[in-house]
Amino acid sequence: MIALALPTATEGDGFQAPQISDLHLPDILPWGAEYGTGFGKQMLLVLLSVVLISWFFVAAARKRQLVPGKFQFLGESIYGFARNTVGRDMLGEKEFRKYTPLLTALLAFILVNNLMGAIPFLQIPTTSHVGTAYALAGLVYVYWIFLGIKTHGIKYFKVATVPSGVPKPFLIMVIPIEIVSTFLVRPMTHSLRLFATMLSGHMIVALTAAAMSFMFTGLGEWWGYPLGSLIFVGGLAMYLFEIFIMVLQAYVFTLLTAVYIQGSIADAH
Amino acid sequence: MDNAVILASAEGANPLMPNWWEVLVTLVGFLILLFIVSKFVVPMFEKTFEERHAAIEGGIEKAAAAQAEADAALEEYKQQLSDARTEANRIREEARSEGAEILAELKAKAASESARITEQAQVAIASERSAAQASLRTEVGTLATQLAGKIVGEALDDDARSARVVDRFLSDLESQQAGAAK
Repeated sequence: MIALALPTATEGDGFQAPQISDLHLPDILPWGAEYGTGFGKQMLLVLLSVVLISWFFVAAARKRQLVPGKFQFLGESIYGFARNTVGRDMLGEKEFRKYTPLLTALLAFILVNNLMGAIPFLQIPTTSHVGTAYALAGLVYVYWIFLGIKTHGIKYFKVATVPSGVPKPFLIMVIPIEIVSTFLVRPMTHSLRLFATMLSGHMIVALTAAAMSFMFTGLGEWWGYPLGSLIFVGGLAMYLFEIFIMVLQAYVFTLLTAVYIQGSIADAH
Repeated sequence: MDNAVILASAEGANPLMPNWWEVLVTLVGFLILLFIVSKFVVPMFEKTFEERHAAIEGGIEKAAAAQAEADAALEEYKQQLSDARTEANRIREEARSEGAEILAELKAKAASESARITEQAQVAIASERSAAQASLRTEVGTLATQLAGKIVGEALDDDARSARVVDRFLSDLESQQAGAAK
């Protein structure tokens, strides 16, 4: 908390680093209202992503050409990745079909919402707001517990927390660890991994942008220009790296979802 | 700088506290997307995949059928060719044997013809010879009788007797000839 607050301590004419609250723009409805009181940019982008993905997938799938065009091929590639690389490889040939819609929707939703941060003017990964990450991870959390109970009945909690082959005395230690790691830590890491990587990546890009801007316009010294150029090159590299992280995290989140589902529907371990 | 003020200003931006409206919007938005994906997108893609799979499978089947057909045609053609060869051989063989038969027949015919002609000739010769013998016998008898009559001066008009004499003479002649031939 102190570390996050520190930049405010140096208020004055000098360089001001961007803060987390800079991600919280005033709301749109009502116009200019304080963040958190109405309908904001982040929510607009979430809904925009839903419309975009739905349009894209439906348009790509509707063609149904045996030899796909470029557009259909792109749709099939993304769908095929979620279906085969994530779903079939993790869940097995018999089970994966039921979970294909969830994995496809998750992959596309997170991918597009992450990439919102790389698109000029939109320029905010909507997943860098923790609410979105909580919502998705929470949904998955409820879903895999539901699947576990559906598969094993109430015995599922025993299956999930009591590992077989552990000597009885150790169970006193192992069971609490399993409960904490499975039912408490898992949803937290699932959501925070996505949110934190998006937030930090966005902050780094914003920081380089702010620093470059300061070097060019705020400093008023000749050496601000070469230094600013140098920061620009570094910022560009960070921007490209951030795009890679955005794609990677969409994959990681979806893959972990498949892993959790697999753990719930599998036989006792 | 007052620490409390710093903390207070940071409080509003605690990154771990969600904006509940955003949670709600994300949930609703994602569920709508999930509905569209599972209701329309996945079935359509799956159908396309299946059709593509069937098309590829069908293409392979078609190619296999065409291959089998070609093989059958080739087999039939080969069969026909060998049939034709056998037929040709058979015909050639038949012609050869027929020719041999005809030749043999002709030879036999020629041989029998020649035999027949020889026989006829012999018969003709024999009959002519016996006719000549008969006429000679009469004429020689007459001439000899006349000659003997002239020589003896006595007409041997008694035909019966002269005939007897001639016959005896001739049979003596014949027995002489037969003795000489031995």
